[in-house]
Amino acid sequence: MDKIKFDAWVGIFVAVGIISLLGLATKVGNLTSNDIRETYMVTANFENIGGLKPRAPIKAAGVVVGRVNSIVFDTKAYHAVVSIDIDKRYVFPKDTFANIYTAGLLGEQYIGLEAGGDTKNLEQNDRITQTQDAVVLEKLISQFLYSKASEEDK
Amino acid sequence: MKTLFNFFEKLGNSITSRVLRLGAATRLIFLIFVYSGDSFKRIHLTIREVYFTGVMSLVIIVVSAFFVGMVLGLQGYYTLQKYGSSEAIGVLVALALVRELGPVVTALLFAGRAGTAITAEIGLMKATEQLSAMEMMAVSPIARIIAPRFWAGVIAMPILASIFSMVGVLGGYVVAVPIIGVDEGAFWSQMQANVDFNFDIMSGLIKSLVFGVACTIIALFEGFDAPPTAEGVSRATTRTVVTSSLAILALDFVLTSFMISG
Repeated sequence: MDKIKFDAWVGIFVAVGIISLLGLATKVGNLTSNDIRETYMVTANFENIGGLKPRAPIKAAGVVVGRVNSIVFDTKAYHAVVSIDIDKRYVFPKDTFANIYTAGLLGEQYIGLEAGGDTKNLEQNDRITQTQDAVVLEKLISQFLYSKASEEDK
Repeated sequence: MKTLFNFFEKLGNSITSRVLRLGAATRLIFLIFVYSGDSFKRIHLTIREVYFTGVMSLVIIVVSAFFVGMVLGLQGYYTLQKYGSSEAIGVLVALALVRELGPVVTALLFAGRAGTAITAEIGLMKATEQLSAMEMMAVSPIARIIAPRFWAGVIAMPILASIFSMVGVLGGYVVAVPIIGVDEGAFWSQMQANVDFNFDIMSGLIKSLVFGVACTIIALFEGFDAPPTAEGVSRATTRTVVTSSLAILALDFVLTSFMISG
């Protein structure tokens, strides 16, 4: 009798624990929204990545299609090489354009993909050639000041 | 000269006794693993202990988790509304609970609720010579008493920590959505966008597993090593709480720094 009581309570305990973990995974965490399993990796070179971090989202038309895998600095060409994992369900043309955008004014940075018109698609270990760097606020301000100054000179 | 000699004698004694205790604890840990097979072969012993350490701690865990979540919601809202981003309250509550407060507070409560019970029980068994009686009957007290309690603690701790985190998030939800009036969709969607399962939730689970091992071993060793007197058992119980709490907080720092850098 006692043994059955213990078993029942421990069973309930473990079940509640598993339900909580499932709740954490699906309701609190991102296990459901982000079921990116099979991916292919492509690289993109940027002169400046700004505040881009590994695991930052890759978005196309606002939909998350992948994640940044790694960011390394190439000491031969002096630029950043960003490897990104894209979900196998989504294919992009070879001349796809990769931009680094910022979510909101102060939000995290992500890579936005804009599809080109090529008939061939990107494959594993391909390189995205057309990229646009992150916007660095200081550069923008200095450009603005410079153009203002040159206007006044005229 | 005599006082100087006495001083060195005391210093040496305090160090050797500490090293001796450390050695005894290591030997106990080794023996627990040696006799672990028995505690799984006779699973009902372990299940009984899961009931006493896990199920009996459920009430205190659930109630405190709910209040911790509600307080986090209130305090978080107070600061976030100054910056006009009160929707981020879900992220704040969830990350704080899943990464830190869930495992740490659960472990502290566990040390107070279950750890002391283990120490007092084993200390009293030793004081009333039940452990010696078992040895006389060729029943290993490590296999029969210590190992099942160890595995029960290791099993119960991550379960309790995930229950704590989930109930805490619900507590934060109760404060944020119906009482303060944060938008429900924003509350959950911001949370889901910023809490990563593999990083945040898994690191919390690993932490709680480590805390479970540490807490249970400390409680078991203090009980097993307690002087067989009423005073000895009471001091061992106090030491369990103090040592476990310090070990939890120190381990938390070490684990967090590893997880953040890695």
